[in-house]
This record gives sequence, structure tokens and C-alpha cells, in this order.
Amino acid sequence: MADTPPVLALRGVSKSFGAVRALREVSLELAAGEAHALAGENGAGKSTLVKILSGVHRPDAGQILLDGEPVEFHGPADAQAAGVAVIYQEPTLFPDLSVAENIFMGSQPRGTLGRIDRRAMRAQAVALFDRLGVPLDPDRPARGLSIADQQLVEIAKALSRAARVLIMDEPTAALSGNEVARLFGVARSLREQGCAILFISHRLDEIFDLCRRVTTLRDGGYVASDLISAITPDDLVRRMVGRDLDALFPKQDAAFGEVALQVRRLTREGVFTDVSFEVRRGEIVALAGLVGAGRSEVARAVFGVDRWDAGSVEVAGRRLKPGSPSAAMDLGLALVPEDRRQQGLVMELSIERNIALAGLGEVRRGPLISRVAERVRAADWAQRLQLKHRSLSDAVDVLSGGNQQKVVLAKWLARKPAVLIVDEPTRGIDVGTKAEVHRLLSELAVGGIAVLMISSELPEVLGMADRVLVMHEGRLVAEIPREDATEETVMAAATGRPAGGGA
Amino acid sequence: MPADASRPGTGLFHRWEGLILILLVAVTTWASLGVDGFANSSNVSFLLLDVTEIALMALTMTLVIVAAEIDLSVASTLGLSCAVLGWLWNAGLPIEAIMPICLVAGALCGALNGYLVTRLGLPSLAVTIGTFALYRGLAYVILGDQAVADLPPAYTGLASATLGPIPVMTLLVALLAAGFTAILHFTSLGRAIVALGSNEEAAFFSGIRVKRIRFWLFVASGAMAALASLIFTFRYASARADNGSGLELAVIAAVLLGGVSIFGGRGTLPGVLMAVLLLGVVRNALILADVANEVLNFVTGLLLVASVLAPNLGAVWRRRSSPPLEGKSAS
Repeated sequence: MADTPPVLALRGVSKSFGAVRALREVSLELAAGEAHALAGENGAGKSTLVKILSGVHRPDAGQILLDGEPVEFHGPADAQAAGVAVIYQEPTLFPDLSVAENIFMGSQPRGTLGRIDRRAMRAQAVALFDRLGVPLDPDRPARGLSIADQQLVEIAKALSRAARVLIMDEPTAALSGNEVARLFGVARSLREQGCAILFISHRLDEIFDLCRRVTTLRDGGYVASDLISAITPDDLVRRMVGRDLDALFPKQDAAFGEVALQVRRLTREGVFTDVSFEVRRGEIVALAGLVGAGRSEVARAVFGVDRWDAGSVEVAGRRLKPGSPSAAMDLGLALVPEDRRQQGLVMELSIERNIALAGLGEVRRGPLISRVAERVRAADWAQRLQLKHRSLSDAVDVLSGGNQQKVVLAKWLARKPAVLIVDEPTRGIDVGTKAEVHRLLSELAVGGIAVLMISSELPEVLGMADRVLVMHEGRLVAEIPREDATEETVMAAATGRPAGGGA
Repeated sequence: MPADASRPGTGLFHRWEGLILILLVAVTTWASLGVDGFANSSNVSFLLLDVTEIALMALTMTLVIVAAEIDLSVASTLGLSCAVLGWLWNAGLPIEAIMPICLVAGALCGALNGYLVTRLGLPSLAVTIGTFALYRGLAYVILGDQAVADLPPAYTGLASATLGPIPVMTLLVALLAAGFTAILHFTSLGRAIVALGSNEEAAFFSGIRVKRIRFWLFVASGAMAALASLIFTFRYASARADNGSGLELAVIAAVLLGGVSIFGGRGTLPGVLMAVLLLGVVRNALILADVANEVLNFVTGLLLVASVLAPNLGAVWRRRSSPPLEGKSAS
């Protein structure tokens, strides 16, 4: 066993996107029959590494070794042919095809004259689910399957192609406790059948539960590979963060003012139910919960991107007209959305034009837009947020993720909002910029802005929030003051477990 | 300067408009020297008059396509407006009353398109293919195949009147072109149109009233088609249901050739106006040179395909000319 080479390995792999160095000299070895965890904060380079293993990106330097032999993946098809399969957090199945058809998409068993042998397909699907030990009906359409079931379909698909390496990219982020247990059962049996598993999760207990080794990345660099039995969760956190949490989360104390945002019994059918909370001036309130708990949806409804079915929203005592972002903006609301590239920015437009976009009325002189006013507004905020850029007339798509996020922040802060909603404000940006964003949020609160922060990163929630609201399956299930908020209390509420302190 | 108004970043589109300008100058020079009867004032007047309706409809079409929509029904709207004009004129209404009615009819056609696209969320390509047939059909229902020709000479005269070699209608086009250029490139409305055409979601998240703007763009497109119909009718002194058949392709060809991206979010009006002129000059010169009509369409089509392909070819070329990844990973 010891002298067999790893099934799949990376040696000294580097990858850059423009000026951003996503991975630097990273090495990783995946052995057959072993579950290997990949740990690191958001932006540490985990997704890039997955994309290199799965053939989506090609490394700028370094080697991929398959059974000890160097290989090049020219595309996802090459990686698949080599036996590498990726199970994503949110699989993309064809909703109108049956489960069996999804499994065998592109590799259908053929009968005479090349027609698809449906009977064989069905039988093989049944056999696969037997092997996984899950009772899924191969004939049902994929539409309506839970995310957990969709992942199982993807796993079955991988097995049908004789995958030897299974990469699970944060598979548990959107799963309930039972579903996680079932997924782990499947993972263990695959491991015993000789699969190599690369497991990515933010939840340390899962890593310690399932894996034998863990490789840690930080800011795109390789930190360490350890045997799980040789380290403690605290060791792992130290490897991931690499510095004091205090420096990352420079939270200042602010005096709370009057209620700036009041949400009462807000309901959007099938999405979230009966959500009530308030945010005061000077306060940072975090909205925590698992992916899919309805946090972003609440923010979208409050800001008017989506409509709501019942309830009310008041900003500084004035009732908000539903379904109109422009009305929300008139009352002083601002939303830094979850998806920076799709919702926050027009990637082809310049930095200055993106910053002006939420305040076109404010850069107008008479009927025409004033280029000077637009430039001054952008230059002012670029300087305040220490935006790293060449020219304000460059398209935003040349900026790094962190600097793009600063442009989105500038765009909204230039409006001088009373209430700032930030949805995953530091997702996918480097640690340095992250700390800057945190400092900025803290300063804004001190300056009297009410901040509602949605975040999936517990350290961020715990480090920044004066108060933590936790959502679970569309409902607000807990409100935890800063002094009582711990990883345990928040996670217990987020996963709907009754255990833990306050709940 | 307006060339950079909608497209900072890569210089391709500045270059594209420069290319159209060079082509325009080259073709005009070639025609002046080599084609008998091209470079005289009556032909210049004719050429300018001939592109009046296309130029007018291209103004609104540019905004519509920059907003990532399309309006294929403009020529049918023009036909419907002509039919309304002929019908009401036959019914004895004064022409001064008929003209505003035609403009309203055109605006209503646009409003129906806009309603179907923005409220029901249907793709404008499908909607306006439908109304393309609907409005033209309605034109025939209203006027049948008769031609209304006894129109007031004051208006038919004005439609082809000239000041020196410059037709009066060209002055109207120039005025509107200046207005639309200002709107697209120098107002917040124009900025909003570019933003929503480039990324509708981000525009909506920025508080831009995406649907409202799109709706009114279709209304403007319909009203502009009706305005073009008045000029068309008076110019030919004939109101018929089949007026302007096929003109939508000429309009869209000019807009795309002028550098407007069919995917929205990019394009400049100066580029489009130069493309309108370029297509007009090519057409005029080829007619004078006795080239068959089929060849004419072929040349127009060729220019259109080239205009759609060129930016993409540019992208392919850039990709190929960037250093290959193999070289680095081997080291």
C-alpha cells in the first residue's frame, strides 16, 4: 500500500487570473480508499484547486499526476476520462429528464442500431443506488428532488463512469443533519470500495468525522498537510486563518440610535415566513443560517428586488412600497448583493460609471450627466476605500474580486444610505481586503449607519455582529446577542437542532 | 468623443467606428470618381432623402438593441400607419388631424410590443415577429390593396423639398439624431439603457426601472416608425398597406453595421448614422452603376454578416495571439 503512488496528485501547482494569484505552489496527494479534506477560508484557493483537478482550469505551473504519471487535462472531459468526478454544492441536473436519464446523460447504454437501451439503463441505475444504499426511484423526474438527492444522483453518475476520485465541493452546506449523515454513509462506503475522496467543508466537525488527512490553504498558498489524528480543531483553525481573529475583525463599539430598519412579519410564500426584526442606527446585525435558509431572499424582498406576500418594512418610520428598489433607495436603503459580478456590477462598464450607476440623479447637471461630477464622485470613494486601480475609466472586470467589491461598496456608500444591507460582503476576496471591508463596516456603524450583514462565515458573523439573527428553513429561529454568540449557539440554531445555549 | 460613451475598456469599438468612417469615405470617393452621375447635387439630395426613413427608425432601433431587445415590427408599424393615413384621408379628415392620429397609432403598436415584452416577459424577438405579421395584416385589413394618392401637395412637396442640395427632411433627421445622441450618450436615461442592456440584473439592483425604460423604448420605436411613415407616404405621394415592406432589415443592418452589439449594452449613434449613410451610398452607387437588384441585396447582406462577425473574429484572434499555456506548465 505504501509504495503505490497516489491516485491523483498535484505538485507545485500555481494559477493566476490577471493580477490575482489564486494558487501558489500547491501540492496535494489523494490516495485510494482515503478521504482527504481541503480546508481554508473563502478565497484561499479551494475552488481554483478543484477547477484544476476537474480540468476546468489549466495550471500556469506545476504538474498533475495520475497514478504517478504526469498528465494534462485539456478540459473537463479529460478529467472525467481519468476518473475524476466533482459533486458540487448545488448540482445542475436536467429537471425534465428522469433520474436514470440524468445519470447516463452522454453515456447511455446502447442497444441494437444504437438506440438507447432503457431497460439496461434502468437496471444499472437501480444497481448504482443499491451500491450507494439509498432508495431513489430511477424513473422519477429530477425536478423536485432535494439538493441532497440531487447530489446522490451526481454521485451515481460519477460511479457509472467508474470514477476513482470523487471531489465533494462543500456538499453539506445546504443539507440538514439527517441528509449529512446519509451523505457521509455513502462517502464511507465509497471510500471502502477504494475511491479517493477530496472533501471540502467549512465545518470542522465534519472534516474530523470523515477524513484521514487534511490539506490547508491560505491566501492561495499551501500551508500544511496533516493526519487528522495528529491535530486538533484549534490547530486547523490556526492553519486556516494564520493570524489573530482580532486583526481580522476590528469591531469598534458604537452607540445605538433609533430604529432605522423595522421588518414586521414579512412573508414570501414558499421562501420565508413571518420574519420580524429591527436594526438600529450604529448597530451591525448579522443574519446567519445555512445556504438556502432564506437570508438573501429576505434581503432581496426588503430592498424591493422581490415582492413579499405579507408583512411590512419601515425605514426610519416610513413604510416601504414593496417591489421597488428605487423606492427603497429613496428611503435610504442600500443593498450590496450576494453575486457581485451578476448583481452588483456591470462588468463591461468602467469603475466610475459603476459607481455612478446607483446615483445617476446625483451626477446630473441639468438634463445631462456631468463627467466631472461622475469622476469626482468615483475618485473620492476610490480614495476612501483605497481602491487599487489604474484608471477610473477601466472596465471593472480587470479588477480583483476584492477591489470589485470595493467598487460595489463605493457605489452604495456614495448615496449616503441610512441602512446598508451587505450580502456575503467578503465572499471570495483575499484576507487583506477582507479585513479592510470589516474595518469599513465597523466605521460605518460608528458613523450611525444601520448595517444588516448576511454571512455564511461564522468567524465573520461572530467577529462583526452586535446581534446575530439566525434563520432556518425560511424562519427566524434565534436572536443571539453578541456576548452569547458562539460557533455552537449559532450553528445549533442554523441547523434546527434544539441543543445549545439560548435556544 | 461619444465613441467611448458606452464602451470604455477595449478599444475595439472605437476602432470599429473608425473603420466605418474610413469605409464611408473610401466608398464615397470611389463612387464620386468612378460612377457616372453620383457626385452631383440632385443625386446627393436623392441619396439623403432615400435614407430618411431608415435613419429615423435606426435612431430608436439603436436604443432598443442597446437595451438588449429588438423590434422587428417597425416596417409593419410604418405600413399600418400609412394605411391609417390613407383610410382617414379617404374618409375626409383633414391631414393635420390625421398625422397625430398616425403617430398615436404607431405609439400604440409599440406599446403592445412593450407590454408583451415587459409585462408578460416574452422575448422581443418572438413578440415582434408576431406583431410584424399582425400590423402588416391589419394594414391590409384597413386599406386593402388600394393606393391613396391624392394627398395634399403642400405636404408631398415639403417631403421632398431641399435647401440647396440638402433635403428639408434630412435637417429633421439631423435634429432628431442630435437629440438621440444626447440621450444615449449624455443623459442618465442613456446610461441606464446601456447598463440594463449589458446586465439587466445589476441595473435593476441599482434602482434602474428596467421594465419601464424598456416599455417606453418600444413605444418610441413605434412612434418613430409612424413618423417615418408620414415622410414615406408624402415622399412617394402614395399611402399603401405594403409601404416600407422589408425596411426593418435595412434598419437593423445599419444598426449592427454601425457597431451596436446584438447582445445589447454597446453601441454608439454616430457609428449607426455613418452606417446608414454607408449603406445608402453603396446602394445608390451600385444602382447608378446598373448593378442588378439581387447583387445589391447580396452586398448589403455581406456587410451585415461582416459587421456581426468582425467583433467575434477580433476576440478569436486575440485569444490565439495570447501565449499558450503549455509553454509555462512544461517548465
